[in-house]
Amino acid sequence: MPDPKLAVALDSEGRAAPPRRNGELVFETPWEGRLFGITMALHEAGHFEWEEFRALLIQEIARWERAAAERPDAEWSYYRHWQAALETLLARKGLAGQAELDDRARSLAARPAGHDH
Amino acid sequence: MGGGDPRETSRPDLALRVEALEAILQEKGLIDPQAVDGLIRAFEQDIGPMNGARVVARAWVDPDYKRRLLSDGTAAIVELGFGGPQGERMIVVENTPQVHNVVVCTLCSCYPWPVLGLPPAWYKSPAYRSRVVREPRAVLAEMGLELSEDVEIRVWDSSAEVRYLVLPERPPGSKSLGEDELAARVTRDAMIGVAKAGDA
Repeated sequence: MPDPKLAVALDSEGRAAPPRRNGELVFETPWEGRLFGITMALHEAGHFEWEEFRALLIQEIARWERAAAERPDAEWSYYRHWQAALETLLARKGLAGQAELDDRARSLAARPAGHDH
Repeated sequence: MGGGDPRETSRPDLALRVEALEAILQEKGLIDPQAVDGLIRAFEQDIGPMNGARVVARAWVDPDYKRRLLSDGTAAIVELGFGGPQGERMIVVENTPQVHNVVVCTLCSCYPWPVLGLPPAWYKSPAYRSRVVREPRAVLAEMGLELSEDVEIRVWDSSAEVRYLVLPERPPGSKSLGEDELAARVTRDAMIGVAKAGDA
């Protein structure tokens, strides 16, 4: 159920890809795109207010920045913070718990080779 | 993914975690996988800086539109059919020979999605977010935009409430161009304020 306002934007612009010189992959890896799409879908379905998510994202980024001040080689991944913020939000809303996620991720990791895509 | 960089080793875990998250939410009926696909496609392919470029080109050719754009950015942008999440309150700031505007979000990565799509990696980076406020002239020079000392640089910090779009200067020698040709010269970077609109 795309946002109707979004649909307007698509109709007026759908055929035109962004110009090449502006080009840059929006998502560096497929999981970043999935994570983004999941978050947007949850928000569109009315499961949370965007501002609540944004506040958590700011907290995660600030926490990383404090840690990075002491560890200059700390790896920066924007969508890692996004992921952490979303997990906190889902737990807070009672939509999905950490333990549940841990279990599922473990069983996905244990899939036999060739079934891991 | 992975490569030889030891710092990258945790990335596959995140991929699994996102997969787990999607599976659980889907089983609970909280998200529709097709809606997720559609949203990703929309943001990857359909919504991009071209929307913003059309706004800028219109402002260059239509002085009345430009006036409306600078006094109420949100309404003027909706006039062209662009609106939606993360574009609720838009303020458009105009570059002139004396003033150059540049946009950042110091706290996270607030960005006007409906007109520029999703932000590039550097916009989200800790270095850009912290440095462009302290030393904008140096950061812009490193990004390839040398501004003379007598140009005032204004840095705008985006927030949940307000998103900024830079109206770049119309490139010299573009008088004869139509709106579409002009739009093609407006880059995403020019609308964030780290470049000038230039040659096609």
